[in-house]
Parts: sequence; structure tokens; C-alpha cells
Amino acid sequence: MSSETKQILTTDGIPLEISLKKAERKNKIKAFLLVAPLLLFLIITYIFPIGEMFTRSIDDKMITNMLPKTFKSMETWDGKELPSEEVFVSFLSDFKILVEKKEHGKLAQRLNKEKNGFNTITKKLFRQVKRNKIDETQSIKEQIMKVHKRWRNVEYWQAIKRTAPPYTSAKYLKAMDMYLNEDNKITQVSEDRRIHRILWLRTVEVAFFVTVFCFLMGYPIAHLLATLPMKYSNLLMICVLLPFWTSLLVRTASWMILLQQQGVVNDFFVMIGLVADDNRPEMMYNKVGTYVAMTQILLPFMVLPLYSVMKTISPSLMRAGKSLGGTPFVAFWKVYFPLTIPGIGAGCLLVFILAIGYYITPALVGGASGTLISNQIAYHMKTTLDWSFASAMGLMLLGGVLVIYWLYNKLVGVDNIKLG
Amino acid sequence: MSKNTEFVKFDKVDKSYDGKVLVVKDLNLNISEGEFITMLGPSGSGKTTCLMMLAGFETPTNGEIYLDSNPISNIPPHKRGIGMVFQNYALFPHMTVYENLAFPLRVRKVQKDEIDKKVDKALSMVSLSGFESRMPAQLSGGQQQRVAVARALVFDPAVVLMDEPLGALDKNLRESMQYEIKHIHENIGVTVVYVTHDQGEALTMSNRIAVFNDGKVQQLSSPDKLYEEPVNSFVAEFIGENNTFGGEVTDISKNVCKVKLQNGEILANPISVNSKGDKTTVSIRPERALINPKDKMDNNQTGKIEEVIYHGDHTRVRLDLLGNKEFILKVPNSSNELDLKLGNEIKVGWNSQDARALDPK
Repeated sequence: MSSETKQILTTDGIPLEISLKKAERKNKIKAFLLVAPLLLFLIITYIFPIGEMFTRSIDDKMITNMLPKTFKSMETWDGKELPSEEVFVSFLSDFKILVEKKEHGKLAQRLNKEKNGFNTITKKLFRQVKRNKIDETQSIKEQIMKVHKRWRNVEYWQAIKRTAPPYTSAKYLKAMDMYLNEDNKITQVSEDRRIHRILWLRTVEVAFFVTVFCFLMGYPIAHLLATLPMKYSNLLMICVLLPFWTSLLVRTASWMILLQQQGVVNDFFVMIGLVADDNRPEMMYNKVGTYVAMTQILLPFMVLPLYSVMKTISPSLMRAGKSLGGTPFVAFWKVYFPLTIPGIGAGCLLVFILAIGYYITPALVGGASGTLISNQIAYHMKTTLDWSFASAMGLMLLGGVLVIYWLYNKLVGVDNIKLG
Repeated sequence: MSKNTEFVKFDKVDKSYDGKVLVVKDLNLNISEGEFITMLGPSGSGKTTCLMMLAGFETPTNGEIYLDSNPISNIPPHKRGIGMVFQNYALFPHMTVYENLAFPLRVRKVQKDEIDKKVDKALSMVSLSGFESRMPAQLSGGQQQRVAVARALVFDPAVVLMDEPLGALDKNLRESMQYEIKHIHENIGVTVVYVTHDQGEALTMSNRIAVFNDGKVQQLSSPDKLYEEPVNSFVAEFIGENNTFGGEVTDISKNVCKVKLQNGEILANPISVNSKGDKTTVSIRPERALINPKDKMDNNQTGKIEEVIYHGDHTRVRLDLLGNKEFILKVPNSSNELDLKLGNEIKVGWNSQDARALDPK
């Protein structure tokens, strides 16, 4: 219908829409220039690194660049029996270049990751090449096959072929304790080596329970904050915010002092006779420590959104509920609670997302059974230097958070969030 | 069936919030069944506190409140069965109009079809039928107000409290809502306790008005009596317009007394003066003083016109009379031509009956 309506002109005969755009253009440019620094900052510090992480996590170009001729000639190979002479020739020529560049070691390492045993046979081949034992006039295939019996095994050539694509999903599969087997099928690693899935589950579990604990403890505090007279609520607010003024490390360290077996809490339990002196419970270096410390540290993130929502709820609503005949509980449950849902949503989302990527606290008080996936990421960043694996896990974490956000939007609606 | 004249009874009620200041002092007030009573007073006069004590959100520091002869101080608000309309409506924003109205019925475990019937009836009473599925935010201020009234009435409470319910509405809407609430009260005969600081509202709607000041009821009477016969100078000042003279009683008989002013002497009706020498404030309503009176009046003075303000249906004339430069006259805009010009001297007369000698200010 709108297309049928007559175009509206200004008094000067210019179409109204164009005239409006012209008038607004200056303001738009100004507005854009104002946000431009932030946009640039976001692109540099957020979008660009995430893109970089993604390419790193799937990147497998190194070997593609090392064996260009081999992969080219392998394109026609069906992969069932040993490849033809042509493949062997191109492999040798690629290998010779690598030897000249002294990069054959890297190739051996990469191939060994794909299939155990490549290290030895690559070294043997290297020695043959170095001593110029390979006669280019004879059949290269026969000569290479003589270097080691594994070069005669088709599985090794299949392994080389599998490394051909410049991109790989191996890191993602590894993070899920899976890999691509010889037949290109996704397979689970043997049971005793499945560590990542436990970590993922534990991370979600810890984040979930920390969120629940924060909610249970934060709701009454926020309610008190919102209803107390100003002079008391200010003091209470300072108490809630106090953790923010102390370094995270200091707070975690003080939990270590409190929770260790000879720590303050255990001493107190022994003193009041709750536990025997020789049977002090372990409250640290396990999940208990992680729960306690993380709940305390993340509590303000639950209290503040709740407080800001509760502050806007008029006390006369509860009174109305009571005067209309609702018991205090009914008035709370039917009137007050539903009105705080936006705050609950915001607080839970905030705490859950922060908890799922938490690092320092579980690293310090978590012990073996209390470490989370972020500790694993840090381990690969710093110790094994397998950055592409760390990137893959980081991205999976990000993906998980986005999925939770999407779920939340479906269930509660993001428009209902109120952060203050 | 005789009506219970002590349906709601405040018996020697005191209220203090901090243990130092009494917000309500020795309040004794009887409200009869089916009455529309208004608590009127300036802010901080204790009227809202009284309402909150009746609703159960505040407890009396001393004394007792009776509802239908039962003391209610120890009954929590939700068991009192008193409907309440709040200043800012207090509609539940997350519920539809229907759910808001059904709330008091649902908590009373009323059957579903019974709820439907009652909600229907209540909504038609405030002429909002068909608005069941709207959210409060989709309603105008006046409509929200009517929903709040309907919600306070839907469970057939014995008493309905209204705490400045029309304060947030604009003038026209406020006036039409006044009539609407008045009619609802007349139709269903519920006892209404209404709190306001707007005297116009109080005068139009109430059977009786309790004027509050300083934690005390200054006067409790019907609107006309309150206006015509205020018992003290606060009430005279607070209700309607008022011309006052401060002076001293020089002579007193049963129905009339002589009051000596700074520069002059007038005759007045002795209300709260007893003997010669009493200080007093004489109060005269502007419409009771006439210009060039034809009838014989026992007070006749001459004043100088200081200001003339045209008000459409009447003209307000400010005079300098007997040393009072704020003496207001209301002249109806009838065809009689009066020479109302600045600086003119005019004759003004009133009956001593209408000049009430009250307590000194």
C-alpha cells in the first residue's frame, strides 16, 4: 500500500525523504565520529583477535606448504593401495627442498602427530638423502620403500594424504576427546585419555552451582539494600562492593588462609567440636574451595542488577498485595518475585558467563578436582605452547556462552534484562 | 435495620514513629457503616498515618482501632478484609487488568466462574468492560485509577480506604473521577475512608469531613457545616477563602460581641470567645460581605479598591478595609453596573452572624 501513496515533496520540490536525509547527515557523521574510537578499539582488541584465534585454531597450512608437489600428485590417488611412482618422485623432490631448508624435522613432528612412527622413518630417509644414496635414474618408489618397511605400508601414505587440506578440525575434536581415524571417521579416544570432556562438564557444573549459590545469597541482600533507609543501605552497599576494592589475588589468597586444613575455618570447627582434630575436612584444592571462593567473588555481580531492579519496585505493590488479602508469602511470590525476574536474569547470566571462564581462583584453590577448562587453556598457552589447541578451546567456550545467551533470549527475552 | 454508627472506631489512638514526636494525638473518631468520610489536612498532619493504621501497615503506639466492634491491632493487613486504593494506583504491572482484579478473589479461593462474574461486574461498574486483557501500562491514568478502584471493591470489602487516589490526574479528569467514585459509593453503600489534601475534592464527595492538623482532628462535620461554620481559625483558613481581622473582645452578649480592631470596631458572632479581653480572629467568607448592601446589615464599612481581577463568572476585588489590605470580595458578574475602579472607595456590609469570632491565630 505504501508504494501507492504519493511521494511527499517539500515546499522546494525536493522529495521529503531526501531532504530529511540531507538534514540528518551532518548529525549522523558527528555521531559516528564520536563512537569511531570505541569502534576502532573494539575491532582491534576484540573482533580482530577472535578472528585470529579462529584461523589459528583450524590452520594446517604449514604441511600444505611443505609438500606442495606431493599433495598435487596425490590428488588422483585413490588411497587404497600404495601410490604410484609419480607420488614418490614428487615426495622426494619436496623432501629434498625441506632438507636444504633444514625443515625436515618439523615435517617429521607434524606427521608423527598424525601417525606414530613417522619420526624414525623420516630420519632414515633424511640420512639417505644427505648421503646422496638415492639414484634419480632408478625407480624412486623402490628405493624409498627400501629405506624402511613402514614406507611400504599404505597406512603411512594415507596419513600423509590426510594432512593435505590446509584446514583441520582436529583441534576441536581433540577438545572433545575425539579424533579423525584412518577412515576419516570421528572416533572417541580411549577411555583413560578422555580428560577434556570431564573438564567441560565440570566447568558447566561449577558455573551453574556458583550461579545458584550467588542467587540464593544475593537475593535477600539485594532486597535489604533496596528497602533499608538510605544511611544503612549505603553502608551495606559498601560492604557488598568491598570485594571490588581488593585485588582478586588477595581475595583468593585469603580464602586459602581460611580454608586450608590448618586454616581458620577448620580451627574453628575443631574448637567448637564439630570435627575431630585429626580428621579435619579438606575444603581446599577441591571443588568446595572453588565453590566457596568463586561464589564470594562473583556475588556483587548478582547483587547489583537485582538491587537496581528492586529499587524500582514500589513498596506500595507489596502493600496492595497484602491489603487485597494475600498472605505475605503470596504477596511476595505473586507480586514481588515476578517483578524481579529481569534482575534475576541479568544477574544469573552475568555470573554464569563470568564463572564459566574463570581462571585465577580455580587455579589457586581448585587443586586437581577443582580446575576448570580455562586452566586447561592456560596450560596449553604457557606450557605445551599448542596455541591452536588453546584457541580452539577458547572459541568453544565463546560459542558455549553465545548458545547460553541465545537460550536465555528464547526463554526469558534479552529485552527483559536490566543491568541498572 | 439501624446502621452501626461505630462501624470503624478509633479509640484514643496515638502514633509516634521515633518516640519523640506524636504524629497522631489522642484520636477519637467514629465512622458509621456506609459513610463516606474524608480525612482532610495539609501534608504531615497525620491523616495518611491514620489510614495506614486502619489498613494495618502501621500499628498504633497507644489506643485501639475497632472494626465492627472487634479490635484489629493484632490482625495482619491481609486478614482485615479492607480494600485499599493507593496514591500511585499500585496496579500489578505484570498482570492484565483481569488478573489484577482476580488477585483478591484467587487468594480467597473463589471458584473460577464466580471470579469471572465478579470481575465482570466490577469492571462494568467503573465502565471498563472489555479491558480485561490489557496490561496496566496500556491504560491512561484515569483508566488505571478506575481499575484500582474496581480492584479494591471486587472482593466486597466492608471498608474501602483511598489514599489521595486522584492526586496524579489532571484537573478535568479529577473532577469527573470525583463524581464517579461518589456514585459508586452511593450505589453499593460501602464505607469509604478517603484521604486528601484537596478541599474541593473533600467538599464534593464526603458525607463528613475530618479536618486534620498537627496530629489532631480540628473539626469533624458535614461539608456545608465545615464551610459555613468553622469552629476554629485553622479550619476557617484551610477550607475555602477567608477574610480575617485580628482584635480584642470589648463587649460580649449571647449572640453578638464587639471586637476592637487596630483602627475600628466590628460586631461578630462569638464562637470561641467567652469574655471581655479575649484575643480573637474574626473570619468572614468573601461572598458574605456585600457591596452597597440594600438590606440593613449590622456591619457597614468603607474600603478602598486595591486590585480588581476578572474571573469570568465573578470578579474578585481586593480592598483595603479597616487596615486589612487583603480583604477579598467576590462580585458576581451580573448586569448591575458597579463602579469597580482602582482607588475608588466603596461601601461594604455584612451581618454579625457571618463574622465568626474564633481563636486568635
